[in-house]
Amino acid sequence: MRRVVVTGIGATTPLGGDAQSSWQALLEGKSGVATLEQEWVARHELPVTFAAQAKVPAAEVLTPQEAKRLDPSSQLALISGRQAWEDAGSPEVEPERLAVDFATGIGGVWTLLDAYDALNERGPRRVLPMTVPMLMPNGPAAAIGMDLAARGGVRTAVSACASGNESIANGFHRVQRGEADVVVAGGAEAAIHPLPIAAFAAMQALSKRNDNPGAASRPYDTDRDGFVMGEGAGALVLEEYESAKARGARIYCEIVGGSVTSDAYHITAPDPEGSGAARAVIAALEQADAKASDVEHVNAHATSTPVGDIAEFTALKRVFGSHIDNLVVTATKSATGHLLGGAGAVEAIFTILALKEQMSPGTLNLDNQDPQIPLNVPRKPHSLSRKEAVAISNSFGFGGHNAVLAFRNV
Amino acid sequence: MALSEQDVLAGLAELVNDETGIAADAVQMDKSFTDDLDIDSISMMTIVVNAEDKFGVKIPDEEVKNLITVADAVNYITSNQG
Repeated sequence: MRRVVVTGIGATTPLGGDAQSSWQALLEGKSGVATLEQEWVARHELPVTFAAQAKVPAAEVLTPQEAKRLDPSSQLALISGRQAWEDAGSPEVEPERLAVDFATGIGGVWTLLDAYDALNERGPRRVLPMTVPMLMPNGPAAAIGMDLAARGGVRTAVSACASGNESIANGFHRVQRGEADVVVAGGAEAAIHPLPIAAFAAMQALSKRNDNPGAASRPYDTDRDGFVMGEGAGALVLEEYESAKARGARIYCEIVGGSVTSDAYHITAPDPEGSGAARAVIAALEQADAKASDVEHVNAHATSTPVGDIAEFTALKRVFGSHIDNLVVTATKSATGHLLGGAGAVEAIFTILALKEQMSPGTLNLDNQDPQIPLNVPRKPHSLSRKEAVAISNSFGFGGHNAVLAFRNV
Repeated sequence: MALSEQDVLAGLAELVNDETGIAADAVQMDKSFTDDLDIDSISMMTIVVNAEDKFGVKIPDEEVKNLITVADAVNYITSNQG
């Protein structure tokens, strides 16, 4: 099997308009969560009045004509994909050997609902001809594939909040198996719209800390009351190791594992035993040819829901046993909110940079750590000590999807 | 009051620019939408629907295929204004 390395990263997140500024803001302990100023919040009397919006609006980056033909999820995806490609030095690759694996959890929800409003208010003639290609969930992947002229296959994983990790795992395996030489992989989401907010709130999944949005995303804290909706995108350039080395590419790290399992337990609740999540971690480590004790850093899924955070701890305990005390765990959703289909990709970037700089980001709002979750979760950035160690990033999604990535310095 | 040919051309050029980014002054009477301006069918339909709103005309779908040049569209709009 071929080795696969990360040679480019790109992101647009609630913390910054690119990967580096997002990472810096994360290390500085900034929060991307704030009260929503849109008029529709009051008009619909939404029970949740805050979210983590992209720090830099896509309209400031794309041309008006690009933006007009892309759903917001595809806009963010395209921005992150272009950044990652440029960051990788725009590798020269045969278009037939260049592929895209790019995810979204929900797809073009703004486009779909705007078009339905237009249909209701003004009739079928006002449903714009671009509606279908803008609402389809493969829109973000297709936007990147068109832009980079990728002809080796453009694919989309849709597995709710595990989507981003699943797409990166798919991209990793394609390069590993020799089906492509370079893959742009990641995920995007732009669902801060009144309907998804109302729907997630209806299932009691969202924090209702309207009076203090910056404190709302508080993974592992005893007072956590749900996740915070976020939007953004992250993209990686995954490349075959020997050719990356031969062209003198800057190599961030090696991707050594990407695994997917499923719970078949409940459509939304995590398996309290964490067995599916644990199997995903074990499978990623097996792919990496690593032992549990080889892991030092974990970017946890940790969405700040009461049951989800405990279930993930239970899974980690199953895998790591007493080594769990040696793990340096971070819950970066405390700063970014939950980017749904974009979460895995942005967190993969944070994991990669943590490995490269040997520095784990801190976790915000952890005032009183839940005694049921005795993990080592530094509040402030914390040095990592084993340069050769493996770092993992977990993502789990409604539907019982578990997807885990593993990275290691080259 | 009915708009003049020049007004319709200017308004149409604005719609084309808004949808495609093509410079408004490139939208001239003798230009073909597809061959000269490289406008695809999806953009064309969007421009048509926006033109209906802007000029208060109905442009039936079966009429759109006859609008080959900018002059065809300008003439259709000027002679069908309500």
